[in-house]
Amino acid sequence: MYEGVVQDLIDELGRLPGVGPKSAQRIAFHLLAADPADVRRLVHALVEVKDKVRFCATCGNVAESEQCRICLDPRRDVAVICVVEESKDVVAIEKTREFRGRYHVLGGAISPIEGVGPDDLRIRELMTRLADGVVTELILATDPNLEGEATATYLARLCKPMGLRVTRLASGLPVGGDLEYADEVTLGRAFEGRRLLDV
Amino acid sequence: MHVAHLSLVDYRSYARVEVPLEPGVTAFVGPNGQGKTNLVEAIGYLATLGSHRVASDAPLVRLGAERAYVRASIVREDGRSALAELEINPGKANRARINRSPATRPRDLLGLLRTVLFAPEDLALVKGDPGERRRFLDELLTARTPRLLGVRQDYDRVLKQRNTLLRTAALARRAGGGRSGALSTLDVWDEHLAAAGAELTYARLDLVAALQPLVDKAYDALSTGGGPIVLDYRSSMSEDPLPTDRAGIHAVLTSAIAAGRAAEVERGQTLVGPHRDDLVLRLGPLPAKGYASHGESWSYALALRLGSYELLRADGGEPVLVLDDVFAELDVTRRARLAEMVAHGEQVLVTAAVAEDVPPALAGARYDVAAGEVRRVEHE
Ligand SMILES: Nc1ncnc2c1ncn2[C@@H]1O[C@H](COP(=O)(O)OP(=O)(O)O)[C@@H](O)[C@H]1O
Ligand SMILES: [Mg+2]
Ligand SMILES: [Zn+2]
Repeated sequence: MYEGVVQDLIDELGRLPGVGPKSAQRIAFHLLAADPADVRRLVHALVEVKDKVRFCATCGNVAESEQCRICLDPRRDVAVICVVEESKDVVAIEKTREFRGRYHVLGGAISPIEGVGPDDLRIRELMTRLADGVVTELILATDPNLEGEATATYLARLCKPMGLRVTRLASGLPVGGDLEYADEVTLGRAFEGRRLLDV
Repeated sequence: MHVAHLSLVDYRSYARVEVPLEPGVTAFVGPNGQGKTNLVEAIGYLATLGSHRVASDAPLVRLGAERAYVRASIVREDGRSALAELEINPGKANRARINRSPATRPRDLLGLLRTVLFAPEDLALVKGDPGERRRFLDELLTARTPRLLGVRQDYDRVLKQRNTLLRTAALARRAGGGRSGALSTLDVWDEHLAAAGAELTYARLDLVAALQPLVDKAYDALSTGGGPIVLDYRSSMSEDPLPTDRAGIHAVLTSAIAAGRAAEVERGQTLVGPHRDDLVLRLGPLPAKGYASHGESWSYALALRLGSYELLRADGGEPVLVLDDVFAELDVTRRARLAEMVAHGEQVLVTAAVAEDVPPALAGARYDVAAGEVRRVEHE
């Protein structure tokens, strides 16, 4: 245990995803030793991002108002939801122009090693969206790596009793990779060839 | 295939070394600690992406250097040559280049160069823990079918995730309550464990079946009687023999995981799956471990390597044979027989402390290795 404010900082840092007590301590002491101007710049960036950037109340995507551009667009199909890990995956899929439905951004993938369980992701919010029966297809577009696959399996099992059509992007995506690194053509093809998940 | 040229930069004791090589036998001779094994270890690393001496990459980089480079020009069966290069960055991702263009991942190098390496450490295949024999099987699997490295890595990753989950849950439970939902994803990890585990087990069983007659034959040629050799794969998932098809193995593993759940939650770790299996090496009616004599154990270890060599040869693509300091470990008869059996390999690289340790059947080119210098000795 350290003196009051130092320990407070360590505790705050330790609450960030992927930062354990050791790293929190290392970052705290780095900040203590850093140039005051550098620390002020960091503080400014943190405050700015909180003031200016918001997350869509519906899908969790980065937004400039209460809801994101996609959720506000009346031309988008409300019957289909594509589930992704991060907002940057929304950008990657939008580039393919293959998908006309809406999104749901989970905020990560299930990974016990990183201390991320279902409660740490926006899964409860997804269930709420599915409750009224408007959505008929759920496309699971989590990353093509182990954690992404595990998250997809978890969601598929959870949604099975709801009688939805649950699909997964076709293989052909680089295995072990991130969705955002797949090129547009490959990702577009993966969308077209999506398969029904059987759990 | 054979290696036509090896060059090392900041690898182990070598700041820089260039070694031109030829098909046939080449012996590296020099007192202990001069860097003979370092040379052949580097060749083995290019072929398997692992060292036969250490599990981590850090010791491979020369003291004081940041990264090591291993480069080999390989002449393949069809007469074409390939340049394989690997940059070893401890703690970070290694980088590979093939014919001077960057490869997506180091594992793309697999299959370009195949080696079978004999080393004093091989005795542990017979006398050591099950982990030694699992590693033997998995390395051979990957050499035959590079795709299986992905399956192995997936399995290791699922195992790590699942063990973390079980450990967290066990800790929470002991602390009294804790997060109730900690185990809500266990079913999902079970499913992925069963999928990757069944694939790996299927591949190992298939390999053992192919290897068994070849090892038996090699053992017969090396020693006088004592056989037959039986390679008996013991699975942690069932006492009974496993089914021979993927779906059957998957079903057995799935039910073993379900049956063991209470114990796993209690202990906080995964107790069934290919990471807990063993390959029991039988010699006649008895297991070699604990029963075989020192000489018999050596014959068994050599037979496992010779069997691997024959198997890879049969797949097409004659591997480079590496015999690191093994002759000094063997009696006169085994020495002579082993030499005879490998003498006609396309390329045979031998290391020995003194020239007399190299059997006459393995006469060939010779390099003296001393104080980080590798110097060709011209025959008089
Ligand atoms: N990372 C390293 N940096 C510098 N020297 C090393 C490194 N790893 C091993 N060595 C040295 O290499 C020598 C062992 O070389 P080795 O090839 O095993 O010898 P041998 O000729 O007996 O086979 C030892 O002297 C050891 O100190
Ligand atoms: Mg040596
Ligand atoms: Zn939205």
